Amino acid sequence: MMSVLRIIGIIILAPVVGGLLTGIDRVITARMQGRQGPPVLQPFYDVLKLMQKESIEVNSMHRFFVYVSMVFAVFTTVIMLSGGDILLAIFALTLGSVFFVLGGYASNSPYNTIGSERELLQIMAYEPMVLLTCIGLYYAEKSFFIKDIVMADKPSILYLPGVFIGLVFVLTFKLRKSPFDLSMSHHGHQEIVKGITTEYSGKDLAVIEVTHWYEVIISLSLVYVFFATSAPGSHVVAAIVCLGVYLFEIIVDNCAARLKWQHALNSAWIVTGVMGTVNLVILSFFMK
Amino acid sequence: MGAITVLVLFPLLAAFAVLLVKEDDVRNKIVRVSAGITAALTLVVVCLFFQKGIAYSYRWETGIDLVMAVVEVVLAAYIITIGIRYKNYAISVLSFLQTAAILCFELTAKSQIEVENAIVFDKLTAIMVVIVGVVGSLICIYAVGYMKTYHIHHTEYEDRKGFFFAVLFLFLSAMFGIVLSNQLTWMYFCWELTTFCSFLLIGYTKTKEARNNSFRALFINLLGGAAFAAGIIIIGMSRHTLELSVFTAQKPDAYLMIPVFLLSLAALTKSAQLPFSSWLLGAMVAPTPTSALLHSATMVKAGVYLIIRLAPLLGASPVGKTITLVGGVTFLACSFMAISQSDAKKILAYSTLANLGLIVICASVGTEESIWAAILLIIFHAVSKSLLFISVGSAEHQIGNRNVENMDLLLGISRKLALCMMIGIAGMFLAPFGMLISKWVAMKAFIDSNNILIVIILAYGSAATLFYWTKWMGKLVSKVNMRQQSENEFHLDEEIPITILACLVVVSCFTFPIVSKYALIPYLNEVFLRRASMPIGAGDIKLMLYMLSMLIILPISFIPVYKNDKRRRVPIYMAGENTGDNETFYGACGTKRQVELHNWYMDSYFGTKRLSFFSDILSFVILIWGVILLIGGIAS
Repeated sequence: MMSVLRIIGIIILAPVVGGLLTGIDRVITARMQGRQGPPVLQPFYDVLKLMQKESIEVNSMHRFFVYVSMVFAVFTTVIMLSGGDILLAIFALTLGSVFFVLGGYASNSPYNTIGSERELLQIMAYEPMVLLTCIGLYYAEKSFFIKDIVMADKPSILYLPGVFIGLVFVLTFKLRKSPFDLSMSHHGHQEIVKGITTEYSGKDLAVIEVTHWYEVIISLSLVYVFFATSAPGSHVVAAIVCLGVYLFEIIVDNCAARLKWQHALNSAWIVTGVMGTVNLVILSFFMK
Repeated sequence: MGAITVLVLFPLLAAFAVLLVKEDDVRNKIVRVSAGITAALTLVVVCLFFQKGIAYSYRWETGIDLVMAVVEVVLAAYIITIGIRYKNYAISVLSFLQTAAILCFELTAKSQIEVENAIVFDKLTAIMVVIVGVVGSLICIYAVGYMKTYHIHHTEYEDRKGFFFAVLFLFLSAMFGIVLSNQLTWMYFCWELTTFCSFLLIGYTKTKEARNNSFRALFINLLGGAAFAAGIIIIGMSRHTLELSVFTAQKPDAYLMIPVFLLSLAALTKSAQLPFSSWLLGAMVAPTPTSALLHSATMVKAGVYLIIRLAPLLGASPVGKTITLVGGVTFLACSFMAISQSDAKKILAYSTLANLGLIVICASVGTEESIWAAILLIIFHAVSKSLLFISVGSAEHQIGNRNVENMDLLLGISRKLALCMMIGIAGMFLAPFGMLISKWVAMKAFIDSNNILIVIILAYGSAATLFYWTKWMGKLVSKVNMRQQSENEFHLDEEIPITILACLVVVSCFTFPIVSKYALIPYLNEVFLRRASMPIGAGDIKLMLYMLSMLIILPISFIPVYKNDKRRRVPIYMAGENTGDNETFYGACGTKRQVELHNWYMDSYFGTKRLSFFSDILSFVILIWGVILLIGGIAS
């Protein structure tokens, strides 16, 4: 019974927090650009308004993929926040992302398809680092389960500083921030129409927005596990670091323009190769 | 005991029957019935011996040896002659040398070696037999339908269907021989037989390209055969045994590693690992059932099967490390190169190479977990890959070519075929499906055995794998609801195997915990002589099964949503220039222009020319390094 309540709590609270963070993001971004900006609750207003709008479609299939994508984002969030297997969570998340990409293809619109192809490229760019993060955590803590990792005596960041830097680097992809927001972004001046979401409207667009809130929570919980330990105080530290990382991504977002895909792929893979590999190799000497 | 003999000999009998019958209809019936009987026999044998296993020898062993020797000599004579006729002397020399060496060995030293168990049937054999028998016979049935259409489309090739089917059955027989024999000379005989069969199948069309590629396949596999022969002779001379089970149970020392290395080399050539991979890519010229058979159930799986058998001797030894690295290079390079391909069969070929690389890595790392992953990979790969190959073959007949760029038409032509193809693709890389489960365990196994480099290779390779499969899937879903065409019927002989295999892909994902419990764990217990346990926790398996069920239930549960929520249909956005049919737009001067959407191939990154050159060199250097380590080990 408790676990059911807990799961329901996660499913409801995660997007609330994710939406709030997005709202704060918009305020900070506005202030950095010298604007007043919308209220913090604006993302929720946006979604509510989208829900009431007429949903039009170009064919009957492409919204299906977006819904499935959200289902798996929710599934991932539940696994992660209830302390489940981190690698399984990432696989489920990848499944969701693949469905999102397929939705873009299914609309058969030129702009959507370009967005899909770019989204797919982004997945390829960040996937190795995300996998190495899971592997690194397992290597350091001897468990794939988040509930074990956050109960360790020492925070994982001590073993995995390089992996952490690499993860923060690729989170820019996952949070859809410049310079790695090739498939869709909030910056109109650098966007090809509206990227992968071009053909979505009304409820479907609302679903995509809410899925993104879940993904924000998933991304930040990946940061969280690096700092949380059995000491209660560490959880406060972990939460602060999460906010810090999020702030950092916002600043980067506002300081950088979108890169070409070649640079996105190169930089992500090189950072993965250097940070992930070196860290794991050094760790393997201590582990023997 | 009798059942096993029948299992090996029945396809041989079928091959003769098919070869002799000239009538098309009668022959097709014979092929279907024989394939059915082969599959049934497989299941009978597995049911009979699965629980206890069996190991025995034949009384008329010398007789069998004699028959094999005669066939070997005939084959060698044939290969030497065609080698000379087509001025491909390397083949003649190789064939002559290894046959002469094996014959000398059999006539002299072999008589003193006592063979206790010539045939061993254990859990691993059972799994291999099921794969060969079930997947192999499904492909044979498929071939009946495929070849009929093939010769309608390709009138330029001589119709040799009878010969083709006969070789398919011969192939199955030889594969059964390989996985059942414990006596190395028998295994070697069947090994050479598969080489020869693949040579015949690849050269089926008799074009210049086909002939060249078949000779390349023959040459590379004969190289492996030579290594195999040398390995056997060394084992026989130095260890006085010819039994694989006895050999792998020995304590590894520096001298033992020489035959281990030679046998592994033979396995690498058969499994088409770099730098020996060119033959498998060349095998694409043959009709699709050939590729399906070579890539999924037979041939390449023989190589990895041998490495799994050798696994207890490999592990952390220098030879093991060498093989692991070769597998790693193959996995990474081929995953990358698959991105740059648009020909569906080429993509499948590179993906086969990559997955075999992964299996080779898993097997040669040699821990309990990694072998668990390797065997599961073999099962899942065989099912998914054969499904993909035969559905690509059918798609080729439906849309006229096998370019992935044109596969967006498929959904309009045959929904069922497109769906089966998607299931096959999902089976190759997506989360709750088989390949990913094994990849997951593999990752855990590598990190547990401190193979950091391999883990990193796996991370990059998986990302590339995801890219090329998803973009293919994207093409398959991209023309939903456009230009609806009527369901195009395809041949029942093609439809049945495709449907069965698609079901098998899904069923195998649901049943892998059972396979693991009753086949893999007992096998690992036997090999490692301690209690092995399932590498994935029960909770995770439950979650995986939830995901799989969700994937099946979600599409169905959306039907009511669609019923209640009818929406206004609008044309797709083309910057206001859509002419209204979603396929053309107003170009300059108001002319209608076709919209063309292409996938990414990123040739400057993943082009085969540069990548295959460097990866070939790299893997070659690794092999040389392995030889040096081997010599170093003996010297010290």
